[in-house]
Amino acid sequence: MSATLVQDIERHARLGPWALEAWLAGRQFPVVEGRTVTFVFRGAVDEVKLRHWIHGLATALPFHNVPGSDLWFLAIDVPEGSRLEYKLEVVTGNDHRLIQDPLNPNVASDPYGVNSVVHGTGYQEPEWSLPDPEARPGEIVEQTITSKSLGDRPIQVYLPARFRRSRRYPLLVMHDGEDYVRYASLKTSLDNLIHRLEIPSMVVALIQSRDRLREYADDPRHADFLVRDLVPQLESSFPLVGKPSARGLGGASFGAVASLAAAWRYQGFFDRLLLQSGSFAFTDIGPHDRGPVFDPVVRFVNGFRRNPGQPAAQLYVSCGVYESLIYYNRSLVPLLERAGLDVKYREAYDGHNWENWRDRLREGLSWLFPGPLWMVYE
Amino acid sequence: MHSARVVLLGPQRLHRTLNQAVESLGIHGTVAAVTAGWEEREDEDQEMREHLGGRSVNLRIWERAEDVMARDPELARALRERSDRLREQHELYRLRLSHSIEAAREMLRREPTPGREEMLAAERAGAIEAVRDLDAFHLRRVALIHREFEADWSPSERDAVADHRRDLASVLDACQCVCVAGGHVVALLHRLRLFDVLPLFGARPIVAWSAGAMALGQRVVLFHDSPPQGQGAAELHEEGLGAYTGLLPFPHAKKRLLLHDKRRIALLARRFAPDTCAALDPLTRMDWDGANWHGAPGTLRLHEDGILVQAGAA
Repeated sequence: MSATLVQDIERHARLGPWALEAWLAGRQFPVVEGRTVTFVFRGAVDEVKLRHWIHGLATALPFHNVPGSDLWFLAIDVPEGSRLEYKLEVVTGNDHRLIQDPLNPNVASDPYGVNSVVHGTGYQEPEWSLPDPEARPGEIVEQTITSKSLGDRPIQVYLPARFRRSRRYPLLVMHDGEDYVRYASLKTSLDNLIHRLEIPSMVVALIQSRDRLREYADDPRHADFLVRDLVPQLESSFPLVGKPSARGLGGASFGAVASLAAAWRYQGFFDRLLLQSGSFAFTDIGPHDRGPVFDPVVRFVNGFRRNPGQPAAQLYVSCGVYESLIYYNRSLVPLLERAGLDVKYREAYDGHNWENWRDRLREGLSWLFPGPLWMVYE
Repeated sequence: MHSARVVLLGPQRLHRTLNQAVESLGIHGTVAAVTAGWEEREDEDQEMREHLGGRSVNLRIWERAEDVMARDPELARALRERSDRLREQHELYRLRLSHSIEAAREMLRREPTPGREEMLAAERAGAIEAVRDLDAFHLRRVALIHREFEADWSPSERDAVADHRRDLASVLDACQCVCVAGGHVVALLHRLRLFDVLPLFGARPIVAWSAGAMALGQRVVLFHDSPPQGQGAAELHEEGLGAYTGLLPFPHAKKRLLLHDKRRIALLARRFAPDTCAALDPLTRMDWDGANWHGAPGTLRLHEDGILVQAGAA
């Protein structure tokens, strides 16, 4: 934090609540100056802590109180291009509350709620993820997949703009696909990237599971569902290319585990994998410490690491450097490369969240499914 | 060489100027339309037909090519083999281009040592010349593949192609001009070449935009300065139909080129000189009278100094 900002905070705090109010009113918080981010909170409380999900930093970072005032602040060093999601823990007596930052209007949503967000210097929300009036919109239709292994499953299917039955389309299956649409702007991004010819017109199956921690953790029933039920039924319902080179499978976190595990079980079926922040926990020796839900994941990843085989021809792997999973993802890459697979790996100064996954969609999808950008001039 | 007038327009999807251009040529009768660049959507030309007041007739070049493939499997196989050869030729070119273009860019990025400006200027010129040489080499290699194909297969003389050529000539009899829309530039170019359409167009004026404008020139240059993958080096793909000379169209230039980047613009302009690199954005227009180009106000060209100047001006 710059000395000027500290002095300003302290000077206005000393002048009293009205002066402080006026000073705060004209400002956006947190303040980002170079690599320093300064958080500010006002309130008659006993403690304020920054709660974040940055692997490597203490989970709760305490704010400092300006003596004689209800103003609290905290400055931390953040690499350029970072994106941080956080909440404030406000303590009054025995009462601990997790709240959004009242002085920060920027938020990000996920299935568990809403977090405050701060963007480090240089971070920009990708314009291709925002609605573009020139892009023709695709359509999402409902479909039910009949499955012996998992029972009937309702899914959604993204059909590109100007969808025609006389054409053949590549297929991408996205785990947690509806969440990708809701929290990672997947539909808008697909519309825009197709419009910009950066990816081909493609069909995207958006699948959800109500028991994802079990089904996505190398559950053989899930792999059977994908390969024996979902893809064949989609290929009979829609005009798809129907070849491994035009089939992709993707997801984030446990969805990435499900993607790699299914491709490993049915090698040669999906040639393209999009693996974002995969929960690829493994053990070199001894037990893992991630709880029983990870038992099947660790069994799978340990087995995969011993014998990776050829799960796909091309893999896009990404992870945030603020995630505890970064170690697992980093160590996956040389393994895949040694197996002779074509891998593109990307790290971002971000955490285990949907906007991180959104921000990598352009690079990942255009790498796995290059569009006719160089050939088409409309 | 096609000696008639050619009008090149900016993209038409959101800003339609086609009918105005056709009218400006004094044409009030039937217009032949080529939408083969739209590939299997070739027949979705309802909006264009309405825009032209219902007086267009689609030459159905895509559909005719599909028919030729179905009727003449030998030729279809030969066309696929030619595509494979071309693909490999382009891959080899791209490999060499990635290095030579980076050398030229590095030379343009470098600042001259005071007092020794001439040294860097000579290296810059040499680096750009190396790219031009590579482009010319590639153009010859690709042309050779096409010549060999023509010599081996004489597509115009094969029944399926000849039938369609006769029919095209008959359809064109009633048309006063030809409009060529954009789309997939290579799909469009190869299909137009299959039917050797330029002699069939005769002296009729041609109005073209986007990929249509590109396919009709002497050289087809593919370009994008900021693709999601790769370094964004423009590629000289192959010879075009040669309906006009002296100009390289860059449709959607504002979206596809980093027009503020003087080094990139200078490199493009110097690489493809003496052709004029014209930025064909919406509402722009370049007119070829058979000898010279005339740019409508606001139509810009890429200057060798890295700036944009009014096209058609000295």
